[in-house]
Amino acid sequence: MLKKEEVENIRADFPILSEQVKGQPLLYLDNAATSQTPTAVIDTIVDYYSRYNANIHRGVHHLSQTATDAFEEARATLQEHFGVDKPHQIIFTSGTTHSINIVASGMSALLKSGDEILVSAMEHHSNIVPWQMLCEKTGAVLKVIPMNEAGELDLKAYSALLNERTKMVFFNHISNALGTVNPVAQMVEMAHRVGAAVLVDGAQAAPHLVVNLKELGVDFYTASAHKMCGPTGIGMLYGKEEWLLKLPPYQGGGEMIAEVTFDKTTYADLPHKFEAGTPNVCGGIAFGAAVKYMNSIGLDKIGAYEEELTRYASEKLLEIPGLKIYGTAENKTSVISFNVEGLHPYDIGSLLDQMGIAVRTGHHCAQPIMDFYRIPGTVRASFSFYNTYEEADRLVAGVQRAVNMLQ
Amino acid sequence: MKAISDIQEEIIDEFMLFEDWMQRYEYIIDLGKSLPLIDEAHKTENNLIKGCQSKVWVHADMEEDKLHFTADSEAILTKGIIAILIRVFSGQPPQAIVDASTDFIDQIGLKEHLSATRANGLVSMIKQMKLYAVAFQSQRQ
Repeated sequence: MLKKEEVENIRADFPILSEQVKGQPLLYLDNAATSQTPTAVIDTIVDYYSRYNANIHRGVHHLSQTATDAFEEARATLQEHFGVDKPHQIIFTSGTTHSINIVASGMSALLKSGDEILVSAMEHHSNIVPWQMLCEKTGAVLKVIPMNEAGELDLKAYSALLNERTKMVFFNHISNALGTVNPVAQMVEMAHRVGAAVLVDGAQAAPHLVVNLKELGVDFYTASAHKMCGPTGIGMLYGKEEWLLKLPPYQGGGEMIAEVTFDKTTYADLPHKFEAGTPNVCGGIAFGAAVKYMNSIGLDKIGAYEEELTRYASEKLLEIPGLKIYGTAENKTSVISFNVEGLHPYDIGSLLDQMGIAVRTGHHCAQPIMDFYRIPGTVRASFSFYNTYEEADRLVAGVQRAVNMLQ
Repeated sequence: MKAISDIQEEIIDEFMLFEDWMQRYEYIIDLGKSLPLIDEAHKTENNLIKGCQSKVWVHADMEEDKLHFTADSEAILTKGIIAILIRVFSGQPPQAIVDASTDFIDQIGLKEHLSATRANGLVSMIKQMKLYAVAFQSQRQ
């Protein structure tokens, strides 16, 4: 658990946190969309472009070798961080959406009409649409694992949906709209009993939890650097080796080939098979730096602090008459999605913005969840370890002021 | 009948009276709350404006050569903004609406104080009101 002084020191690592917005100190509570970047990561980016910017893997010259080493070291950092056996099981992608598309696209060669794939009711659109496209292509059937009012997946219904036709199961580790932490290990075990592969979208979990992929047993896992104190445009796909070998490549191009003739091309080994073209070298290196930064604080401490802070802010918010929180799962963290009776989330969000408070409003790319609760959207405040209890109080006071103005 | 440009001047003057944007927002909220109710029958899919993040309906009627707008939205701030647009355009001849400049939006600083999605919505609302004017104008000719 982080102490007050520790959080103050951490805040000093993030230059953006001393920005003013509309004449007031920035209060940043849109961390589930993008987290802020510490000096250690910014410096890594500056250092890369100042000292060793080069194309990797093919160059014989010094800069190329330095860049290649740094890129591969970042991969090893991720490997170790996520408890993965081999570095080539970590594929660098442009982010979670790209990662999911690699798997969905590859699976189209392995699925046939009548196969079933399961997707949870609390998914981000990027973990729904690629599978719908896959079903259209293959004739496989998409089925939905339902959730209850609290925003928890119905494991009984999930169990009933699983059968020998089930080939894949997809769900998020933590819901971006509700903050629910799903029981990954248990759900993976259930899927494996019928021989189905499991992809877990870890975009929201990787910034908040210690994630050991070997222990969780997942077949695929995705994460995005920009939600973990890293830059945008870089993320990762983890895959079990047998799956990554089985999946056909996603894109053709440089870097992903072993040999090319006009008769036939043989593909490169992992991970390069899935990294066609020049990768986001600087992004990958900075992703590694971001993970190292978070580990220097400790993800267990980060997670415990964020959970307490989220609980504190939730309790305070609930003192506002008519305020309802969506997503009240027993196991949840970091995200508070709410509405105030009779008020539109856009109105509250716009007024908070005038007060220098950054929250997100809308359907959070998870329209099925909004349909489930029959609401147009919510206001979402999402916390990070650099947010403070004083900021939680300022959010509550801001919401109260907005409500007073609007009612 | 006041000219559109005169009404716009009045609105610019009113906005200048406020010290900060919170006060301006309060004013917009009051305008939103006092926007006359639209006939429920006009809250149709056809009258829904595309490009707004909250649902917005705008309906137009022609009476004695003047165009009259009614509107509604789920969000109060959006209603307040429509109320301003209705004050500018409602009760004007279609040609005057088609020809009207909308620089006053920039002059009161409304656009820069709206989120990008809302600013797009504002542009869509103005476009829709002008389209109504064009449509009624061409009906008359």
